[in-house]
Amino acid sequence: MGVLQGKFEESVIVTSVDALFNWARLSSVWPMTFGLACCAIEMMHTANCRFDLDRFGMGVFRGSPRQSDLMIVAGTVTYKMAQRIKLLYDQMPEPKWVLAMGSCAIGGGPYYEHGYHVVKGVDLYIPVDVYVPGCPPRPETLMAGLMELQQKIRQDRVLRKKETTEEVA
Amino acid sequence: MDHNEIYDLLKMTFGPERILENCKTGDEKKGYRDSFILIAKDALPEVCQFLRNDERLRFNLLHCISGVEWPEYFESVYHLFSLPCKHRVTLKVRVEKTEPRVPSVTGLWPAANWLERETYDMVGIVYDGHPSLTRILLPEEWEGHPLRKEYEMPDHEHLREIGF
Repeated sequence: MGVLQGKFEESVIVTSVDALFNWARLSSVWPMTFGLACCAIEMMHTANCRFDLDRFGMGVFRGSPRQSDLMIVAGTVTYKMAQRIKLLYDQMPEPKWVLAMGSCAIGGGPYYEHGYHVVKGVDLYIPVDVYVPGCPPRPETLMAGLMELQQKIRQDRVLRKKETTEEVA
Repeated sequence: MDHNEIYDLLKMTFGPERILENCKTGDEKKGYRDSFILIAKDALPEVCQFLRNDERLRFNLLHCISGVEWPEYFESVYHLFSLPCKHRVTLKVRVEKTEPRVPSVTGLWPAANWLERETYDMVGIVYDGHPSLTRILLPEEWEGHPLRKEYEMPDHEHLREIGF
């Protein structure tokens, strides 16, 4: 990229394919309409005009897992629901991300000790990318989590060779 | 009709063997609104039928059925309301812990269907005559009844083994 920089007219932007792909992906992360408990109310607030999730290109809540990129697990995950969450996650097309919103989805929350029916963290069933703490988290917190997710997507390698652990070490 | 009048009417109709006790509890100023009538287990269907069909009572709305565990027995609690007469009553039935079986009232109030399923799910009281007494809140493969005192937190590993 460095060699080509400035060799064309000003209307031409030179970039890497990875940067372009990642920019496109992080600017249109479509979440799934998926609320389990009170955290869903905060998620709805985040999507609506006061906090306006559309600024991040994330306001397009889809009704089907086949059209979504992001699963916001907003609320208490019960054992009965965990099986459905697994199924929904499997139905989402790659690339896909999961955000665990609130104490319950992260680790059982207030139901940790006596909640016989509550899963102690949704990451026991599906891989989680970003954890957003709070009970429930305010819309600002959720947006911070979503921006963390954007940072994560920005570092993703689409065409380049994946970084292995040996290389890092 | 207030609670005592309903109790007197029931006792006159069914006798002390089936209408066991009139428990007056709650605030005097509010007219003892927490009072309840204790019914013998086997008499429940006919008492409920009388409460629903009698011209003076006409209890056409079943608010709630709940189960309670006491040290010696289980209780099934019925909250009834009459929309035409604007009065209410609470019935209680006590059953043995070894064999918690209560006659179903689904034939009288269709609302009892899900309420009895919930009580069965949580406390484990079996309602004889219910059309399909299965769990309603927990998954069908769940073990035990969570609102019982002896219930213990299930182990996550164990739950994964049996398919959750």
